[in-house]
Amino acid sequence: MSEQTDIRTSQPLGLAKRGYSGVIQHLAVAEAMSALAGHELESRLIELGFVEGARVEVLHEGIVGRDPIAVRVENVTIALRRREAMAIIVA
Amino acid sequence: MEAPLLHLALVGTPNSGKTSLFNALTGSRQKVANYPGVTVERKEGFFVTPAGRQVSVVDLPGTYSLRGRSPDEEITRDMVLGRTAGEAAPDLILCVADATNLRLTIRLLLELKDTGRPMMLVLNMFDIAARRGVSVDVPKLSEALGVPVVTSIAVRKGGIAELLGRTDEIAAQEQTPVGPNRWQPLTASQLRAMQAEADRIIASAVTLPAKPDTWTGRIDAVVLHPVAGLFILALILFLMFQAVFAWAQPLMELLSSGFDALGQLVQDTLPEGLLQSFLQNGVISGVGSVIVFLPQIIIIFLFILLLEDFGYMARAAFLMDRIMGGAGLHGRAFIPLLSSFACAIPGIMATRVIDNRRDRLTTILIAPLMTCSARIPVYTLIISAFIPDRDVWGWFNLRGLVLFGLYAAGISSALGVSFLVKFFMLRDYAPAPFMLELPDYKLPRLKSIAIGVYTRAKMFLQRAGTTIFSMMVLIWFLASFPTAPAGAEGPAINYSLAAIIGKALEPLLAPLGFNWQIAVALIPGMAAREVAVAALGTVYAIEGGKEAADQIGHVLATKWSLATALSLLVWYIFAPQCASTLAVIRRETGGWRWMAVTFVYMLALAYLASLATYNMAVTLGAG
Repeated sequence: MSEQTDIRTSQPLGLAKRGYSGVIQHLAVAEAMSALAGHELESRLIELGFVEGARVEVLHEGIVGRDPIAVRVENVTIALRRREAMAIIVA
Repeated sequence: MEAPLLHLALVGTPNSGKTSLFNALTGSRQKVANYPGVTVERKEGFFVTPAGRQVSVVDLPGTYSLRGRSPDEEITRDMVLGRTAGEAAPDLILCVADATNLRLTIRLLLELKDTGRPMMLVLNMFDIAARRGVSVDVPKLSEALGVPVVTSIAVRKGGIAELLGRTDEIAAQEQTPVGPNRWQPLTASQLRAMQAEADRIIASAVTLPAKPDTWTGRIDAVVLHPVAGLFILALILFLMFQAVFAWAQPLMELLSSGFDALGQLVQDTLPEGLLQSFLQNGVISGVGSVIVFLPQIIIIFLFILLLEDFGYMARAAFLMDRIMGGAGLHGRAFIPLLSSFACAIPGIMATRVIDNRRDRLTTILIAPLMTCSARIPVYTLIISAFIPDRDVWGWFNLRGLVLFGLYAAGISSALGVSFLVKFFMLRDYAPAPFMLELPDYKLPRLKSIAIGVYTRAKMFLQRAGTTIFSMMVLIWFLASFPTAPAGAEGPAINYSLAAIIGKALEPLLAPLGFNWQIAVALIPGMAAREVAVAALGTVYAIEGGKEAADQIGHVLATKWSLATALSLLVWYIFAPQCASTLAVIRRETGGWRWMAVTFVYMLALAYLASLATYNMAVTLGAG
C-alpha cells in the first residue's frame, strides 16, 4: 500500500472523517478534554489496542455531531467518542 | 479417598465467548447466586472430567486488564488474586480467547501470568476462526506464551474434549505449580510494552486473513448507519413488544384453560367449604393467574439473550450513546436499561459495568421506570378488559399499540428524570468516556440461549411458587376472614379484614379513581407487581362467587370505569411497587439514602400522573 507510506500530516483521530485510515503515531492524553485523568485514559486506550504503530480506520459515525465513532484497530472494532479520540495522534 | 474439588476460573475479555464455554462445560448444573445477570453476578457451575475428577468453575466478569476500574472488574481481579473473602484462589485459570480476535486477550494473558497462578489458554470459536482464514500454530503459540494452549468449539458436541483432557492432566499432577504473585498495577509504559510483546507473539504464531470478516462489515454498513440504524433499532424494539403481546397469546390461553380445568376439578371433587375455597380461589386461581404469564417472560428474555449473543447490544449502545447523552445518560447504560425491561433487578446489577459512579447512580435511579416483565400481567389484564381488540392501519393491533405506548411512557419519563437529575442534583457533571468493543457478529448459540432462558424461567416459577404463593395465601385469608355474620346482606368479602384495610386506604386513593378492592390488591403488589393481578382475582372471586372466578377480565370491565382502568395503568408505569428492586438499590448504592429517594420520587410521580389521568378521563366522559 504505497498511499500509506506517503508523508502525511499527523492529526488527532478525533477529527478524522469516516473512511479515514492511518497509523497511530503516539498518544497525547493531555490534549483530550476527557473527564478521565491522563494516566487512566492512556491505560484504557492501550488496553483496547490503541498503541503506536497500530493501523486504524474510521468505519462509522453516530448521528448526533458525527459522534461517537467506530474505529477498526488492527482487527478489533472499538466504539469511542471523539473527545477521547483526540488523544490518539494518527497519520 | 476422593480427590478434592478442582477450582477453575474463566477469565477473558468481554465477548470472548466465556459464557457459552461455561454453558458447554456445565450444562444446566449451574448455581447463579441470588439473581440472574449477564456475567455480572457470580455464576458457578459443576462438571466431572473424563477421569472422574469433580470440578467447579466460576464465570468471572469480562475484563481487559486486572486494574479493576469498575466493581465488575474488581470482582475478577480479587478472585484471580485470591483476595475475595471466603473464596480460595483458583487452582487453574482458563484464559478464554475468541480465536478470531486474539490481540487484546493475549495482552491480558501476559498480565495474568504475573499472578503466578497455573493457567491455560483456551482458543474458543476455533471453527469460526478457521473458516475466516485465521490459522494458529498452537504449539508455537504455547511455547511463546509459556502456558498450555487448547482449542475449543463451545457450541459443538465434543468441541471441548481437548479442554477436558488437559484439565485432567493438570489435575493429575501432584502439585500444581503455583508461582509467587508478582502482579502490580501496570504503568502505561509497561502496558505498552506488553501489547507490543503480544503483537510480536501473534505475528509469529498466527496468520490473519488478508480480508477481515466481510459479513460484520456488510451488516454494520446498514445497522450502524446513522438513520437506517436508528430505524432498525426502533423496529426491533417494536417487534419485541408485538411478540410479547401477540405470539404469547395462544400459549397463555392454553395455560389459562388448564388452570380453569384444574379449578373446576377441585370444585367438582371437593365438598363446598373452606378447603375448596382455599384451593380454588386462593391457590389455583391466584398462582395460576401469574404462571399464565410465563410465555411472555420467556419471549422477552429470548429476545434480549438473542440480541446479546448476536452482538447487537453493543451496536445499540453505539447508536444510543449521544441520544442518551442528551438526557445525561452514558451509552453503556443502554444495556442495563434494556435488561430492565425483563426485570429491574438484573438491570440494576448490570450497571456495575458503568465505571463512573454518577453515571451509574443515575442509571440505577431510572432503571425501575423501564417496563419490567412483572408489569406485563397487570397491563395485559387491564388492556384486554378495556381496550377493544381491533386492527389499526391494517396490521397494527390496537392493544399492541397501547402496550407500546405504556413502554414509551416509561422510557420517556426515565429520560426526563435523568435529565432533571443531571440538571439539579449532579451539576458538576463531566461526561465519562464511552469506550466499547463492537464484537464481530456471531450466529446465536442456541443451546446457550436455551440454558439462559431456562434459568430465568425457573427463577420466575420459583418466585411464583414461594413469594407469590405465600402472598396469595395471605390475601385469601384476609379476604375470607372474618366470615360474614349470619343473615348479612351483600357479598361475604365486605365483612373481611381485606375490606377493612382497603376501605381505610380508600380515601387516600379515591382521587385516583381506585376503589377499595384495588387498594387491597396494591399491598401484596409490593412483594411483586404481578401479585396484584392474582390478588384482584382472589378478591373478586370471593366477592362474586364461582362465575366471577372464571374471567377476571370480564368482571373488571363491568366493575370499573375506563377512567379507573387508565388511572391504574398509569399508576403501574411509575409506582415503586417492588420490594426486591428497592432492596437491590439499597445494596448496590450501599445505603438507604438512594433507596428512599427512588421510592419517594416514584411514588410522587405515580400519584400525580394517576391523578391527572383520572381527572382528564372523567372530564372527557370516561368516568
